[in-house]
Amino acid sequence: MPKLITQVGCPYCGSSCDDLEVLVSDDNKTVLEVRNACIIGNNIFLHANDPTRPKLPRMRQPDGSMKEISYKEAIDWTAKTLIAAKKPLIYGFGSTNCEGMSAVGRVAEKAGAVLDNCASICHGPSFLAIFDNGYPSCTLGEAKNRADCVVFWGCNPMHAHPRHTSRYSLFPRGFFTQKGQMQRKVICVDPRETDTAKLADVHFMLDQGHDYDLFDAFRTVLRGHDIPDIVAGIKREKIVEAIEIMKKSRFVMIFFGMGCTHTDGRNHNVDIAISLTRDLNTHTKASIMAMRGHYNIAGPGQVWSWQFGFPYCIDLSKGTHAHMNPGETSSIDLAMRDEIDCFVNVGTDAGAHFPIEAVKHLKKHPFITIDPNFCMASEISDLHIPVRIAGVDEPGVVYRMDNVPIQFKAVIDGLPGVPSDEELFDMVYERMCELTQTEPVWLAAKAHRKYPSSAVN
Amino acid sequence: MAKVILTPKKVPELMLEAPCITTDAFAKKTPAQIADLEVREGKIPFKLGEYFEIVGNPGESAAETEIEIAGDCSRVKYIGTKMTAGLITVKGNADMYTGGWMKGGKIHIVGDVHSFCGIAMEGGDILVDGNAQNHVGCAYRGDWRGMRGGTIRIRGSAGNDIGTFMLGGTIIIEKEVFIHVSTHAEGGTVIIKGNVTGRVGGQMVKGDIYVLGKIQHILPGFTKVDQVRKEVDGQTFTLDHYIGDLGERHPKSKGKEIFANLYVRAAA
Repeated sequence: MPKLITQVGCPYCGSSCDDLEVLVSDDNKTVLEVRNACIIGNNIFLHANDPTRPKLPRMRQPDGSMKEISYKEAIDWTAKTLIAAKKPLIYGFGSTNCEGMSAVGRVAEKAGAVLDNCASICHGPSFLAIFDNGYPSCTLGEAKNRADCVVFWGCNPMHAHPRHTSRYSLFPRGFFTQKGQMQRKVICVDPRETDTAKLADVHFMLDQGHDYDLFDAFRTVLRGHDIPDIVAGIKREKIVEAIEIMKKSRFVMIFFGMGCTHTDGRNHNVDIAISLTRDLNTHTKASIMAMRGHYNIAGPGQVWSWQFGFPYCIDLSKGTHAHMNPGETSSIDLAMRDEIDCFVNVGTDAGAHFPIEAVKHLKKHPFITIDPNFCMASEISDLHIPVRIAGVDEPGVVYRMDNVPIQFKAVIDGLPGVPSDEELFDMVYERMCELTQTEPVWLAAKAHRKYPSSAVN
Repeated sequence: MAKVILTPKKVPELMLEAPCITTDAFAKKTPAQIADLEVREGKIPFKLGEYFEIVGNPGESAAETEIEIAGDCSRVKYIGTKMTAGLITVKGNADMYTGGWMKGGKIHIVGDVHSFCGIAMEGGDILVDGNAQNHVGCAYRGDWRGMRGGTIRIRGSAGNDIGTFMLGGTIIIEKEVFIHVSTHAEGGTVIIKGNVTGRVGGQMVKGDIYVLGKIQHILPGFTKVDQVRKEVDGQTFTLDHYIGDLGERHPKSKGKEIFANLYVRAAA
């Protein structure tokens, strides 16, 4: 008889919805139905049923074709390649659990690698701004229960985070927001009329790339000074009106996305947004939050900050200390400057997301993809190692966009013999230790680790 | 001044990290000892002598030592990092962190420099005959103490993030700059002789910026107060005087707020 599993986490966007219900077959091998999820989350679960999912690693052959090999061979080749490289880059982790992120830390340290995650091409500038200016943030629960003025700046949750508005930011009735959407004023800042902008009471269709100027105008008005008639294509009266709305609100919640972090100025746009939040707190309560993209992309920031002191772009090649400086140690810069000689793509698709020139540079050297699915990166790789899908057939901890940890469940059994990210990285680490004749360093929690038999034999 | 000449022998496969190329590290050493200094390509340590032919003897101190690199260092990072005295001349380009955390002495780059030139610099002079990329004289990530002293002169153009979190010293860019000049600065002087696209003095609290070209977009937090005649880098100009960033909190002196100054060459 089919089983209904409740309180399941969704491995799609940064909203990390944990109210899903998944109906699975009685043999625990097939997802039959997914309830409460958005269409994309729904598809991620159903995709796990795909009979063509890779079950064995595939190695590029001299004639360009891919040939299936054993996990043992794949682990051996990965370990040897990482040891031989002067400066490998291990990048990705958009779609893995924190256990895998933690395990890769040992591999990266052993390999003297640069460890980077998708924030590098996403919300990395937000980290830099937070370093400089702090992070007056809150949880999504507080946004739901308190925010009566919601600002969406350079983000479009109606498409990128489909249930964000219904669960947290706009429509739900909260403790102090009993009337839901009726009680909330919505301000949207976006050069395009997005579907989120269509929901807004005020839409600032600013000149593209002039976010910093507009933030500066908001702050200047808030401090009682005059501003020019038009700033970033927006009339002064409209800016003053928006500031009045914010000042009269009881709780202002600013959500910002890649429209802020990846237009000219990048971290400075977020920096001044944080300053605006700080300024607003002299008039009312205000908070700010990054609209993190993937369901656990806040995870590497948490895990690696704890392990290495930095959330991303971590250069471990110096041996004595971790070094971080985006612009130098960020994946795209490393690739474009030919500063690495091995690339490991984990739980993301650098082949699809990176500029083609960067991919061309990466392709000069060994290119390994660790991903449950076929993707553009896997198809240009020298080695593709499939793993289980975190959040579907592998449980684990994920961090939601507001940095709240959530334990995700596995709803079906994993493919036989296919390891999780954590197991795979542990095996690579062990092999590296064997090859370098060093003693592996394990935490007590790893003392009784077990690997899939197909990977060991 | 005793001179050591480094001639590049091979181009590094990856970038070469060579913080040892300073007058302080070279002083009192023999050429063989200098050749034995450690550099790194990724995780692998190498000897400086594997990449450079070394001729000449350094002085007894950094101040008495001159280093000439007779060739291109486009793939060599950290030249002159933390140096305190003496002279380094690079007869070509230099990569990132040239003169970073420098305390004294002089560095002359005959070509271009990459990013983070003069990062968190405390003293000394850097002269770049070509262009610079981003983050000239800025602070290290997460640090609110940027350039504190010394002079950086770029004869060409520069990218963005010039003098971020600057506290003192002078940066002179003789051609164009893209965006973000003296963001968050609390002191120091930046002179730009060409045009700037925008974001000049954002969140700036104290310090002076001179733009002798045009600013495409002046931030709304800056307001014009008067027009002045001032000498800038040896020449006198009529300049529109703005104060700002009015959106930022400013310190007070005798009850009056102190603002940062932005001087833009007045239209003829």
